[in-house]
Amino acid sequence: MHIMEGFLPVTHAVTWSAVAVVCVGVGLRSINNAVKEKPEVKMLLGVAAAFTFILSALKLPSLTGSSSHPTGTGLGAILFGPLAMAPVAAIVLLFQALLLAHGGLTTLGANIFSMGVIGPLVGYGIYRLGKKAALPLSFTVFAAASLADLATYGTTALQLALAFPDPTGGISAALFKFLGVFAVTQIPLALSEGFLTVLIFNFMQKYSGNELSQLGFLSHSEGRL
Amino acid sequence: MSGTLKNSLLLAAVVLLTAIPLLTIKAPGGGQTAIFTGTDNQAQDVIQQINPDYQPWFESLFTPASGEIESLLFALQAALGAGVIGYYVGYVRGKRAQKAGADGVNRAH
Repeated sequence: MHIMEGFLPVTHAVTWSAVAVVCVGVGLRSINNAVKEKPEVKMLLGVAAAFTFILSALKLPSLTGSSSHPTGTGLGAILFGPLAMAPVAAIVLLFQALLLAHGGLTTLGANIFSMGVIGPLVGYGIYRLGKKAALPLSFTVFAAASLADLATYGTTALQLALAFPDPTGGISAALFKFLGVFAVTQIPLALSEGFLTVLIFNFMQKYSGNELSQLGFLSHSEGRL
Repeated sequence: MSGTLKNSLLLAAVVLLTAIPLLTIKAPGGGQTAIFTGTDNQAQDVIQQINPDYQPWFESLFTPASGEIESLLFALQAALGAGVIGYYVGYVRGKRAQKAGADGVNRAH
């Protein structure tokens, strides 16, 4: 789950916030362009955002005996490119930081970066690789969504390790400890997220084929930005 | 594989992945130790262990008054998302059905 309020030192909090502001800005421009060129895709954007709302609200039990929640950002990254999910993640994280005491304002930037930037980038990269390798689309979508989920929490662990290096083992020992908390717990959840993403993507293919083919073109041009 | 079968299998996989931990993992010490706590709280423990002097320098502006209120807000978040997706599913299916109906009428004339 996200880094809790106040649990990043000030310098880290400020740095990640600055990075997140830039990413959200670029993401907003990317969304604006996509919607201006093809207004029909607005509804799919809403669905991608809604998917993230649902999945990041579901704290699920894992085989490690801990709970965490998926992110839901892989779907939007596949549809709209890696940049578009930063503003979506920002909205969800702000909602949770303000109303749920989950995550926080001082850690918002770091959490946007893991959930809205790195996760979607990894998901989008896997999706492009899978397409290039001509793997079955369902499998590619599954892998992209699952790995976007895992990458998000891998990033969270890295951010915490950078902020709290182990006194004897340094950053790598701390990373190992934080990955022990986040990564293993996340594996079954990431699989669930992959399955659910395939489910909704199949539905979109069946009922929103036109919009998807327009987005195929859009995501291509975005990829070259 | 038919679409319905595939979708059912996908849903079944998610249910299993969620249910198996609930059914198989028992709290150690006869239920004395809490299980299924959040990874965010566990990360806090790791932070305290690495750097016992670290003090969080900012508090949440608003904290839900109880676990009930917190689950209310989480349910609200999920419900908002589910509402939008439900709207989309109904909209595109209705559009498809309407189009199929109109095509049928055109062919009849």
